[in-house]
Amino acid sequence: MVDFLNPSRRGVLKGGAAIGAGLAAPTIFSSQAWAAEYLNKPTGDTVTFGFNVPQTGAYADEGADELRAYQLAVKHLNGEGDGGMLNTMKPLTLQGNGVLGKKVAFTTGDTQTKSDAARASAKRMIEKDGALMITGGSSSGVAIAVQSLCQEAGVIFMAGLTHSNDTTGKDKRRNGFRHFFNAYMSGAALAPVLKEAYGSDRKAYHLTADYTWGWTQEESIKNATEALGWETVEAVRTPLGAGDFSQYITPVLNSGADVLILNHYGKDMVNSLTQAVQFGLRDKQVNGKQFEIVVPLYSRLMAQGAGENVKGIFGSTNWHWSLQDEGSKAFVKSFGAEYGFPPSQAAHTCYVQTLLYADACERAGTFMPCGVVEALEGHEFDGMGNGPTLYRADDHQCFKKVLVVKGNENPTSQFDLLEVVQEVPAEAVTYDASIFGGELGDCNNGV
Amino acid sequence: MTTPLATARSDLILFGAFTLAVLTMPIWLVPLGAGYPDLMQKFAIYGLFAIGFNILFGLTGYLSFGHAAFLGVGSYTAVWSFKLLGMNPVPALLLAILLSGLFAWVIGFVSLRRTGIYFSILTLAFAQMCYNLAYSVLTPITNGETGLRVLNSDPRALDHLTGQGVVDGPLVSNIFGLEMNGLPGFYFCAVWLLIGMYVSIRIFRSPFGLMLRAIKTNQTRLNYTGISTRPYALTAFVISGMYAGLAGALLCVTDPLAGAERMQWTASGEVVLMTILGGAGTLLGPVIGAGLIKYSENIFSAFHEQTLHDIFGFLPDGVEGVVVSVAGLFVGEGWHLTLGLLFMVIVIFLPGGLTSGVRQLVQMARRSSGGSGRSGGDAGTAPQAAE
Repeated sequence: MVDFLNPSRRGVLKGGAAIGAGLAAPTIFSSQAWAAEYLNKPTGDTVTFGFNVPQTGAYADEGADELRAYQLAVKHLNGEGDGGMLNTMKPLTLQGNGVLGKKVAFTTGDTQTKSDAARASAKRMIEKDGALMITGGSSSGVAIAVQSLCQEAGVIFMAGLTHSNDTTGKDKRRNGFRHFFNAYMSGAALAPVLKEAYGSDRKAYHLTADYTWGWTQEESIKNATEALGWETVEAVRTPLGAGDFSQYITPVLNSGADVLILNHYGKDMVNSLTQAVQFGLRDKQVNGKQFEIVVPLYSRLMAQGAGENVKGIFGSTNWHWSLQDEGSKAFVKSFGAEYGFPPSQAAHTCYVQTLLYADACERAGTFMPCGVVEALEGHEFDGMGNGPTLYRADDHQCFKKVLVVKGNENPTSQFDLLEVVQEVPAEAVTYDASIFGGELGDCNNGV
Repeated sequence: MTTPLATARSDLILFGAFTLAVLTMPIWLVPLGAGYPDLMQKFAIYGLFAIGFNILFGLTGYLSFGHAAFLGVGSYTAVWSFKLLGMNPVPALLLAILLSGLFAWVIGFVSLRRTGIYFSILTLAFAQMCYNLAYSVLTPITNGETGLRVLNSDPRALDHLTGQGVVDGPLVSNIFGLEMNGLPGFYFCAVWLLIGMYVSIRIFRSPFGLMLRAIKTNQTRLNYTGISTRPYALTAFVISGMYAGLAGALLCVTDPLAGAERMQWTASGEVVLMTILGGAGTLLGPVIGAGLIKYSENIFSAFHEQTLHDIFGFLPDGVEGVVVSVAGLFVGEGWHLTLGLLFMVIVIFLPGGLTSGVRQLVQMARRSSGGSGRSGGDAGTAPQAAE
């Protein structure tokens, strides 16, 4: 055996010198010049956007639809296709020849609905592909993680589908923006409709996805329904991507509750709703009332997954393809022509976010993050599907109409699954920016 | 048996070459599209993780399916150290190594009463338990799915003592002002990788390493000769747990966020894949395997149709469409498929992993040139654990 545990003095010296030299060598590279005034300043004739969406996991369906919308947005920005919402967006400074004269290129990544993977993927986009703006996410946990990464790195984050109050509340960042609505708005929009349909004397049981979005939605819906006079019997947390919810649904039957509120989304909601219906919850009479199920955050993709089971179930949504305003019609038309089916709300919000970012760059006359932040803060626009909308400067949250929807009893097509019950005006869902705490901090150019 | 002197020299050459290769990563990885800090950090960190795993699996043949638990413990410890003590990575790393070692000792103490498949199942069960605990009961400590982060309002006692408590920008781990992201972060991880590699070489060549190899070869015989093998196996288990804890802490040093998904069984499976892909029981194999898997995860998953059209643009239109649609299955969201195929090919045709493939090539070349070459510096060429 070699006497390895007692190295010779000579060996140690030699090794030490070698390691020292090795460590010193790389400083040559780390001193590379940071001449640019902001990170990833585009030097060629293209500008790169990073589309970071879940391609695997519980939110994969949403992710796939988001990616379609992004690709469509890039086409429209580069002046290909029929232009979609560029024809209806007001105000509009984009020329239809890319952004600031540069063609839009993009890179994609799989967040796997995991914060770790999402951050690794976003870092790859920033460090390797030179992305100036990251967008995407179908989970608030991921969105918040990526948003803070973008803040640290010094690029803009345009949140995709994220519904947690925290994204523009407790965890808001100066470099991050959200077009999608949030749990508080869902509660505010849903409550009056629920009161009308189910009365003010109800006992609610919550099943909640156990992460930031589920927590804030549970809290918001609880607050909204308890203000109606409802009682919350119990709120049970379920792991994200659980697959089988039967062990959580069985106790509901014996809890004395007469409303089940499913704070689930994506495949989780499809599974929990389907199982709840299979367990016969909706056929039961509890406390002399018909047992009801409510899904606060709805999407057409989920309705499609849950099939028959969604009929008559209330929920809220950011946008629906059956809306008849000019912006929505234009978007549905070009999305349908491209892919053969109507877009989901996830696709809509991602498409709009990409256009809004591009327009902000054009208005600011630069891709510099701080310039873009300034252009987006307090920006008012219209023709994007939700009526007149404000990007509030205090928390970077959009305020616009929220839709209350119901599972369609008599669908006329396989996409006609949700029926819009009410378009709740923006004023009814607006709240004071300070109620969720958090600090925007300063904008970061990454240099 | 080779002479001790030759082994020592070849180990020194191996370590020297390894050091050179690791430190020059920012140069030679650029043409491969992987020369950006985040991925290189991942190479170094997961390389370290795999080296540690290899000390257990490669030497003793005990196949642990729960090593991700130690990675997670290391991560959470590091973030808590950031939150309570401050953003200096040194206490974070030390605490992480200590705590994951302790944790490994407890799990190892129970699991090592069984061998073979039962041991694997036990470790898997422990890891899944940790994962589910992190998600449910332990949410106050782990912050569940959202992940544990360092906040400006955290105590960070040492930072406040030294007057660095108030930070305007983001909280980044730093060692005396040098921020641990980007290239400095990579070199910080690389130094730990080199230390880990050196320790691993030492263990491989020590009497202790020989004993571990004896456990893999024939544990029953050792028992009959009156040697109690369990302390040796337990030590190896704890050491590899500490490596995993260190790797987990480094993940948080470069990016101060810890999530429970790091403990999922897929993460445990990943390190097994890395080790087998590269060559279990070899010194370099695990690092190569780790690099290969992280490379395909980050690079192949980023390909989309547009990239493929660019690559295959030279083909005639009709053919290009077909080629792109077939290749599209293996990249983007289908990168797991590529990895699976690669894994199958290697296990079927090169059971000793990539390093054994290289060695076979070298030997073939030597044989054709007439010389009867000495076998390579690495020991433990036995393809698989005999457990």
